[in-house]
Amino acid sequence: MAGNSALYLRRRFTNALALTLSTMATILGLIFLAWILWETLRQGIGALTPKLFTKITAYGEDGGLANAMVGSFIINLIGILIATPIGVMAGAWLAEYANRTRLGESIRFLNDILLSAPSIVLGLFVYTIIVLPTTAMTSGNTTFSGLAGGVALALIALPVIVRTTDEMLRLVPSTLREASLSLGIPQWKLTTQILMRSARSGIITGVLLALARISGETAPLLFTAFGNNYMTVNPMDKMSSLPQVIYQYANDPGEAMHAIAWAGAFVLTMFVLLLSLASRLVLSRSKVSHD
Amino acid sequence: MQANVGAVASTMVQEERAHRDARHDRLFSWLLKGCALLVLASLLGAAGATLWGGRHAFGTFGWHFLFSSAWDPGSDTYGALVPVYGTIATSVIALIIAVPISFGVALYLSEVAPTWLRTPVASAIELLAGIPSIIYGMWGLFIFAPFFADHIKPWLTNYLGNKPDDGKLSWVAQHTFIGKLFGSDYPFGASVLTAGIVLAVMIIPFISSVMREVFQTVPTRLKESAYALGSSTWEVSWDIVLPYTRSAVIGGIFLGLGRALGETMAVTFVLGNAMQFSASILDPGASIASTIANQFSEAAGLQKSTLMALAFLLFVVTFIVLLIARWMLRQLAHKEGR
Repeated sequence: MAGNSALYLRRRFTNALALTLSTMATILGLIFLAWILWETLRQGIGALTPKLFTKITAYGEDGGLANAMVGSFIINLIGILIATPIGVMAGAWLAEYANRTRLGESIRFLNDILLSAPSIVLGLFVYTIIVLPTTAMTSGNTTFSGLAGGVALALIALPVIVRTTDEMLRLVPSTLREASLSLGIPQWKLTTQILMRSARSGIITGVLLALARISGETAPLLFTAFGNNYMTVNPMDKMSSLPQVIYQYANDPGEAMHAIAWAGAFVLTMFVLLLSLASRLVLSRSKVSHD
Repeated sequence: MQANVGAVASTMVQEERAHRDARHDRLFSWLLKGCALLVLASLLGAAGATLWGGRHAFGTFGWHFLFSSAWDPGSDTYGALVPVYGTIATSVIALIIAVPISFGVALYLSEVAPTWLRTPVASAIELLAGIPSIIYGMWGLFIFAPFFADHIKPWLTNYLGNKPDDGKLSWVAQHTFIGKLFGSDYPFGASVLTAGIVLAVMIIPFISSVMREVFQTVPTRLKESAYALGSSTWEVSWDIVLPYTRSAVIGGIFLGLGRALGETMAVTFVLGNAMQFSASILDPGASIASTIANQFSEAAGLQKSTLMALAFLLFVVTFIVLLIARWMLRQLAHKEGR
């Protein structure tokens, strides 16, 4: 009996210890989240000035990030405009045409891998297929461009959109497909006009998530869009972007540059967090609509 | 007669329409299939482009490339050992820190926390995953690395390392390899360990959300049976939930590893970018991704090719790690009959 109660006490102790440790692990995770957000907020708001949005990076310490923000907008727009149609069509193929086929399963599998592939390697890939050929065409002047940056970001956005489209289309009840097909609708009309419409908010969520993902990407832009201290809206020109300027300024020894980098980091974080919040809202509204 | 002609005409119209629909359907499915094959093409393309770009380096250095720690742009000799070691060391440290914490978080969210607290805490942890890596990098560079240098590093070097400030070696440092691991006279916060810690914070949300998701797939009757036999919450988690979800949990860990291996920005800021080998995890180092980010723009010729070759190595290794991860995650799905 004494042995039993000792065992019982030990088991209770182990249980209490494990549960305490697990609570502490969660608190530790939350501390890191709060720490990162708090510092971004504190340092960022302190450095937030109107000239951040009106002046370009060419002025350095006295400048702002206007050209970087415009550049980010254009590069992200190119990325999303390329990735959305391709991603939605690829996702539709996986869900509607190749669900449970061998090729479909393999592509779904590889798409999941592309989802977490190192973005810097994708940047080098785009460097090889776009920057190098255009450089060869312009007799040796390295032609980094906003377009190349956009293509690199499209490669990162693509798997996100493919995956959400695929998942959302598979959630559409199959009775809808059977009812439509029995009325004699060709499958392409069924896919584009009925299934995609009914999964629309899910697909939009995917696009928003992809946008949130690519707007914080830095690594693939370093050798594609490169950076530009002046304002440009020409996608064939070198173009700066918010993350790339933050990277450059944070590595600068000047304190004033760090302040601008923090302000940029604040703007970027807010934008990304608002986007992921928006995508959650769209998705939670869509959950009601199916039943 | 008139009616008959009408019927024939309408069948012809119907047939023509059926043909047209079939043709459109075929075109549509080809278009869609082409888009899906682009996913395949971009993976193959990334591997092919980096291999092609790195052919010069592979050709010049051969197998020796993988085991050489040389990195000298002056004499144009390069080896992959330092960045490869840095990549693996930072990722392994990140896993050692992140796996137990993620397990704790997942356990807390699925078994311990009161129900009303679960969703908000889970969303907060997932928020960590949404923060761009450049923000982790800045936080690491300006906030965490100085904090680490002031409060954590002195303790580690003095009590565990073989290069303490007062010259008196601790027992651990004298008798075990730990002395070498923590010995450093580099005064700043940037180090392999710092990068590992920042990476750990980055991958905790990934691993913990996979773990939490799969923990919820364990059939309630299994857990209830164990509780009915008198098991404690911990015993149910360790002896029932974990074995049931083992393959998916390993998959989640490998997913985190894949992220850690390829992460660029967060690591570049806090690793110190020293292209020389050091056994100490408190010394600065370099990873494949940070080396590429730092040097690619200014590199030319053989150096550029070397960086491409490094990118190829990174891509192949992450591909294999992610392949294992996804395969392991599939195992549980198959078990459930999905």
